[in-house]
Amino acid sequence: MMVGKISARCRLFLTVLLFGLLMLGVALAEKHLNAYLVRILNTACIYVVAAVAYNLVNGVTGQFSLGPNAFMAIGGYTVALLMLPLAQKKEVYFLQPLIWPLNAFSFPPSLFIAALFLGGLFAALFALLIGIPTLRLRGDYLAIATFGFGEIVIVLANNLIPITNGALGIKGIPEYTNLWWTANWAFWTVFVVKNLVNSSFGRALKAIRENEIAAEAMGVNLFRHKLLAFVLSGFFAGVAGGLFVTLISTVSPTLFTFSMTFNLLIIIVLGGLGSITGSTITAVLFAFLQEVLREVEAPHTIGSWTFPGIPGMRMVVFSVILVALMIFYRRGLFGQRELSFEDVLHLFLGRKARA
Amino acid sequence: MNWVTFFQQLMNGVSVGSLYALLAIGYTLVYGILGLINFAHSDVFMLGTYFAFFMMAIFLLPWWLSVLIGVALCAVVGMSIERVAYRPLRNAPRISALITAVGVSFFIENLGLVTVGARPKGFPRPDLMKNVYILLGARIQGVTFWVPVISILILFVLFYIVYRTKIGIAMRAVSRDMETTRLMGVDVDRIILYTFALGSALAGIGGVLWACKYPQINPLMGIFPGWKAFTAAVVGGIGNVVGAMLGGFIIGLAEILIVAFFPGLTGYRDAFVFTILIVFLLVRPGGLMGEAVREKV
Repeated sequence: MMVGKISARCRLFLTVLLFGLLMLGVALAEKHLNAYLVRILNTACIYVVAAVAYNLVNGVTGQFSLGPNAFMAIGGYTVALLMLPLAQKKEVYFLQPLIWPLNAFSFPPSLFIAALFLGGLFAALFALLIGIPTLRLRGDYLAIATFGFGEIVIVLANNLIPITNGALGIKGIPEYTNLWWTANWAFWTVFVVKNLVNSSFGRALKAIRENEIAAEAMGVNLFRHKLLAFVLSGFFAGVAGGLFVTLISTVSPTLFTFSMTFNLLIIIVLGGLGSITGSTITAVLFAFLQEVLREVEAPHTIGSWTFPGIPGMRMVVFSVILVALMIFYRRGLFGQRELSFEDVLHLFLGRKARA
Repeated sequence: MNWVTFFQQLMNGVSVGSLYALLAIGYTLVYGILGLINFAHSDVFMLGTYFAFFMMAIFLLPWWLSVLIGVALCAVVGMSIERVAYRPLRNAPRISALITAVGVSFFIENLGLVTVGARPKGFPRPDLMKNVYILLGARIQGVTFWVPVISILILFVLFYIVYRTKIGIAMRAVSRDMETTRLMGVDVDRIILYTFALGSALAGIGGVLWACKYPQINPLMGIFPGWKAFTAAVVGGIGNVVGAMLGGFIIGLAEILIVAFFPGLTGYRDAFVFTILIVFLLVRPGGLMGEAVREKV
């Protein structure tokens, strides 16, 4: 204990304070920062939602899923189809018309929140359908099933032309997402997942990660706990996908390839598997790092030598980083620790830590 | 559909199935010993085709020699992956090794994209593969006939290695119980290296034969065959070599025949295998040849 346990009321007050500060930051950012920086911040917040959700399965529960890109794709397409205005729907689907119920309605802007929830729920439904056969079993069946599902979602997005418009994708989705939306979702995702992990349910998840057999012997229902974590993670991944497509106003099968999952994997590994604080911080760092690494792919002139830009080099660098992290720095930045209000107070009040 | 078309499709299925079988054995060998899904296996498969391709294109070597060198290089790559990436993590949590495997796989794919580019290259085929044979009244492409023949010959060699040689016995012993095998004086690290060499060589051969069948090679060509082959290994019973072979043929035949009977579903070909996987996990998670493994408490 550092400062001693904070009372529940004080904790609530600090949470509200933190939320207020975040919203103040958003207001300032929207007003003073240029569009480029706001765009990066938006991406950062979406990464926070997706990474924290992904960490719930891979880090906290210790089950290896490779599916977030699939769930993001499902959420993204759902939100795109719900929010796309009717006129735009006619224009986009010129190869084959959109199938019936979807071509007859479109959500007004006020229902954007409902569309996001529906996108998340739809993704969660698929998570449920994959989780039921795979999570009953021990071993890595989840990894192989989610990996396959991720590839197949892309195949389906390319082939189900009356729904997804095939490889052309959907353009002209209204740009509803702004920093208010993304920052709020990032905050509430962290809030929900953090409270979940600190509950008895979360302790059961950690027990599963540490030793399945021991957890089962203690009366933890392995299947139900893993499934609930996986479905919840699918929900938030779907929401992240929905936010993403309404940020960049387009969705196509190439948007949610395995690279997306790979980015999230790097984020949670670097932050520390099982640490929500770690995922949050590295998600933000990653959004900026990606921009910095664009430089790597640009042409360079050093002295009289000119190196041509190498497109795709970023992904090579990222994969080397991931393998090196696993071999030399498996704990990641935060290990399994969290930054709590107690730690922050201790930092500011400067009291001496007692181990 | 008349009998001749059916026979052609059947041969086609057997030939694709034999390729899945070659790949699936590599997955199942490694999974049996380390309990690790070797995601990089499908990329070794891809590398085999490129090694052979560049031997022919740059050094102008004859086809058979290029393939031989390509397969040998695959074995070297497989062993290097084990030594560099997997061995340091052998006692780490399972998930760390899996993440590393994904990282290695992604590294090879993207290095391929950066160095040779995403544009597919035409893989040269020997005349043997281009001939057309008339078999039982059906016109069968040379490649459709020779791929399963060669694969089955190689599978015989493999079974001889796994079931009749000392190294094979050691491999099976390591997969049963690594600690006890070590106590018996077996150099476990070396056996694991040999396992990777064997699996990767099979992947290399599979890659070259695959490129004979579908002569367009690109750095991402391994992803789907690899995933289907792993599914085949699960269907056959993961860790079981005979099961992996059986699973390979089942997946290959099912995939080709479904498309043959329902041509309208061609675009969804990859989704069938996924359905097969889910059904198997629901109905018979241990696979066809799998034995129920008791968890040690």
